[in-house]
Amino acid sequence: MNKLEIHGISKAFRHNQVLSDLSFHVKEKEFVSILGPSGSGKSTLFHLIGGLYEPDAGDIVLDAESIKGRKGSISYMPQSPSLLPWRTLRENVVLGAEVQGEIDKSKAEAMIQKAGLGGFEHAYPHELSGGMQQRASFIRSLLSPQSLICLDEPFSALDEFTRLEMQKWLLDTWSEHQRSILFITHNIEEALFLSDRIILLTDRPATVQQEFDVPFSRPRDPSIVLTEEFLKMKQKVHAELKVMT
Amino acid sequence: MNQIIQKGWRPAGVLILLLMIWELSSRWMGIPEWLLPAPTAILEEARAGWGAYAPHLLSTIRLTTIGFAIGSFVGLAVATLLHLIPRLREAVYPLLILSQNIPIIVLAPLLVIWFGFGVLPKLIIIVLVCFFPIAVATMDGFRQTKPEYIHYMKMAGATKRQIFRKVEWPYALPSIFSGLKISATYSVMGAVISEWLGANKGIGVYMTLASSSFRTDRVFVAIFFIMMLSLLFFLLITQIEKRVTRWKGEKAYE
Repeated sequence: MNKLEIHGISKAFRHNQVLSDLSFHVKEKEFVSILGPSGSGKSTLFHLIGGLYEPDAGDIVLDAESIKGRKGSISYMPQSPSLLPWRTLRENVVLGAEVQGEIDKSKAEAMIQKAGLGGFEHAYPHELSGGMQQRASFIRSLLSPQSLICLDEPFSALDEFTRLEMQKWLLDTWSEHQRSILFITHNIEEALFLSDRIILLTDRPATVQQEFDVPFSRPRDPSIVLTEEFLKMKQKVHAELKVMT
Repeated sequence: MNQIIQKGWRPAGVLILLLMIWELSSRWMGIPEWLLPAPTAILEEARAGWGAYAPHLLSTIRLTTIGFAIGSFVGLAVATLLHLIPRLREAVYPLLILSQNIPIIVLAPLLVIWFGFGVLPKLIIIVLVCFFPIAVATMDGFRQTKPEYIHYMKMAGATKRQIFRKVEWPYALPSIFSGLKISATYSVMGAVISEWLGANKGIGVYMTLASSSFRTDRVFVAIFFIMMLSLLFFLLITQIEKRVTRWKGEKAYE
């Protein structure tokens, strides 16, 4: 069954066509990455799914129900952690759930421990490192009741070491909770390492250029990025990117 | 405590030096008492006259606190209302700025004509003086809320009310407190001005009586207490601010 279906959506801001006849789907418990150049309208896509704007044409269907222009249907992890500075870690991770009106404190507590943030429950965001803030932000989206999680380039601001660590952690955490994930990135390696399927977008106006099935079995070890198979796959995606430019 | 001594000894030294020059010059140059009394003379009056001005002081403190409380409430309410209803803000905000170009002191006689010499016109003056800095600071605080927080909240499906209560209000707290601090000192000034216009009690009254009878030492005593009152108010608000915004580390606003 398909979790999310995007049916031919288009969106223009004034005379600037950002998305044009874009269609794809995300299956139940699937990890799908949207790969595209910077400024290709990936964030606009998320804003449409999140209901901040309505598409000019097409439909967005979640669990067989149109969510066009309906806010709060997905759980969201933004590019910057956006933790509220006056809330402690524990108060921050429940924010998404709080907005929807259902807080599970013991679950939050357990997740904080699992994420290696034990002992920091009462710390304020500015007292946490960049990686810790991103973990908190991801826990916040996991604790939100919505079944689809949308991540918008969550690791792009992190340094290389932290990013690798976070990718591994994200995979581990996701495999435990098995939610559907839609992940935006402009990093080919990241997309290949994390996802089941990659959707490559064209430049503006964005539409689907090609889909790749990622053949690597799970659980994945970070060392697979050095295998020949992985590199071949990376070349394949890269070649498509070249065709585009 | 150490820090206070370390930072404070220089200004304290200058202050003592100035007081000494004042004291010595008024003794040696024979400046008449009614023109400029020596600091020791003022101190003596402050001690001896306590019984005479204590009721005045108390009345001013009461007037100031009540006026400040109402003024802050009105300021916060106006800011919230104008923030939540953008159309109203567009219509009213310019007028609000314009109204601040009317010196309060010229309004005072009008208020006396309309409301007499009771407490009401005095409170109105203090509220008028107080509410503007609070309203402006609060509105600025609301509007400066980082867009990424609001963006997250919208994506998470928060209502306008939730965004206001959970994000904009706490974000604006430090701004609100800077408005409160300014207003706290203004409110003392407002109280004294309103008492000058006609009252039977208050530091302003005490001051008018003292100056018309050339008791310059008493005028200085009044000035000293007005200063102290402003300072005390200011410190009180700072303490409350520290408690309320304890989360605020140096990097919290990054």
